[in-house]
Amino acid sequence: MPVLYGTDVSSSLLLGTAQYPSPKVLSDAIKASGSDILTVSLRRESAGSGAGGRFWELIRDLDVRVLPNTAGCHSVKEAVTTAKMARELFGTDWIKLEVIGHHDSLQPDIFALVEAARILHQDGFKVFPYTTEDIIVGEKLLEAGCEVLMPWCAPIGSARGPVNPDALRAYRAHFPGIPLVVDAGLGRPSHAAEVMELGFDAVLLNTAVARAGDPVVMARAFAQAVEAGRLAFEASPLEPRDMAVPSTPVIGMAVFE
Amino acid sequence: MQIVSWGNFMDVLIRGAGVAGLTLAHELSERGLSVTISEKRDGLSQSASWLAGGMLAPWCERENAEETVLIHGRKSLDWWSRVLPGMVRRNGTLVVAPPRDTAELSRFATRTNGFDWIASDKIAVLEPDLEGRFAKALFFQKEAHLDPRLALSALKGKLIEQGVRFEFGSDGAKQWGGLEIDCTGMSSRDPDLRGVRGEMMILETSELSLSRPVRMLHPRIPVYVVPRDENLFMVGATMIESHDGGPISARSAMELLNAAYSLHPAFAEAKIVESGTGVRPAYPDNLPRVTINGKNVSLNGMYRHGFLLSPHFAEVAADKIIEASGKVT
Repeated sequence: MPVLYGTDVSSSLLLGTAQYPSPKVLSDAIKASGSDILTVSLRRESAGSGAGGRFWELIRDLDVRVLPNTAGCHSVKEAVTTAKMARELFGTDWIKLEVIGHHDSLQPDIFALVEAARILHQDGFKVFPYTTEDIIVGEKLLEAGCEVLMPWCAPIGSARGPVNPDALRAYRAHFPGIPLVVDAGLGRPSHAAEVMELGFDAVLLNTAVARAGDPVVMARAFAQAVEAGRLAFEASPLEPRDMAVPSTPVIGMAVFE
Repeated sequence: MQIVSWGNFMDVLIRGAGVAGLTLAHELSERGLSVTISEKRDGLSQSASWLAGGMLAPWCERENAEETVLIHGRKSLDWWSRVLPGMVRRNGTLVVAPPRDTAELSRFATRTNGFDWIASDKIAVLEPDLEGRFAKALFFQKEAHLDPRLALSALKGKLIEQGVRFEFGSDGAKQWGGLEIDCTGMSSRDPDLRGVRGEMMILETSELSLSRPVRMLHPRIPVYVVPRDENLFMVGATMIESHDGGPISARSAMELLNAAYSLHPAFAEAKIVESGTGVRPAYPDNLPRVTINGKNVSLNGMYRHGFLLSPHFAEVAADKIIEASGKVT
């Protein structure tokens, strides 16, 4: 199981809290998933005076670790300010850092991301950066003090699954020993299984569960897929090949004429 | 069933003059009880219900709500038509999406029923001003809408005719001998309730007209535009986990206006005649709740479904109250 900033995590499935039909369904889905880390957005859900109070109590009752995020932030300053507010509010130095570069594609602004990561690291934060699968950006984030990397596999909310598996494979190979979490773009359990088979340590997703027809059942499906993918990776799956290989040895078999 | 002592049971005080309080007053009054409504504010216009969209759209709501909302919400169309003749407009609901978000339409369609897929020619017939703007849409023919402000005012008038007394600007602190029912939404002290902030705007333009609510799907905030009389359009509504009732934020205003503009560019020239923020009372399952626990009697948690679900839950509450009293009226 992954170790994130020195913390043993019991599930490789990290979930969000947005867009569920109700807090009750959210709560049931989290329990069904076995997930013990929940990412929550500060900007939309608790900005304002004493806001979101009851909603947070419901989340606290779930007894999971909260990973606040800076979703919706478009600049270094905004992200840093939001991270500090989150630290106050949730009493954690964990922060999922999102610096959005483009309103429509929600692609991370990797330049601002690295800068914000450096500032937050120096301020004592444990930064979980939402990034692209660009290896050089990954290296810069590690230099900035990140100990976890969270590349996307497709745009946020797109449900496309890994659009560039070769890049993810190269990413995994390039950062052995660094906990890697695929964040964003997962639509189906098979997507999660696929990236876990590549050797990623965990996946983080929200919409695929929250907006499923039955979020509780879908949460279970993702939990099982993540476990299957991880087990498959540890069991070292076969590599594909072009020619058939008989399952049963041919040599030495009796020949009837 | 335990028989509860509520003093002079035939005299009932309802706290709160939102849609929950008024519909319940109607149901209790119809069952022969004498009802007084006490509202701490000066009039009807400060309740969350005043800012509602007024859509009687159980099939659309089913997309992101439990089946209960569809089953019980359906009854609201007949309830409002019967209680306030002429108030309900049964023109259906149109659901559209910007061209690049058409996948959202398909997703929406898999989550509910009661609609037809229609193409641009049919859209043009239903809403001539939207001609050529959308290639396809979902048409929920059985749905309806009403103007919540006209409906609340008319219901109040009807209740007064039926002998219901109103006390506005009353904190209701005085001793009441009989049964008290809490319908005060977020003013209630129920610890299970939370607030879900909703922001809305009213735009005025004579450059286009619509006959029915139009929902614009968007991955982040689905927005609806509801036509009202006198060239007014209600645009709503955000859903934010917060009990902050402060003024609309710039971001929310931007999102709502953007959606209206992408529905039709004529909205760019519309006047913003009003913006408002209401806080919806909600229980953890986002469904209304009738509570009868000794002296604690309440109808609350309408969430975003006040006009849709109040009729059913007011009937349930009225029946339960009469049953719990052990009296037959």
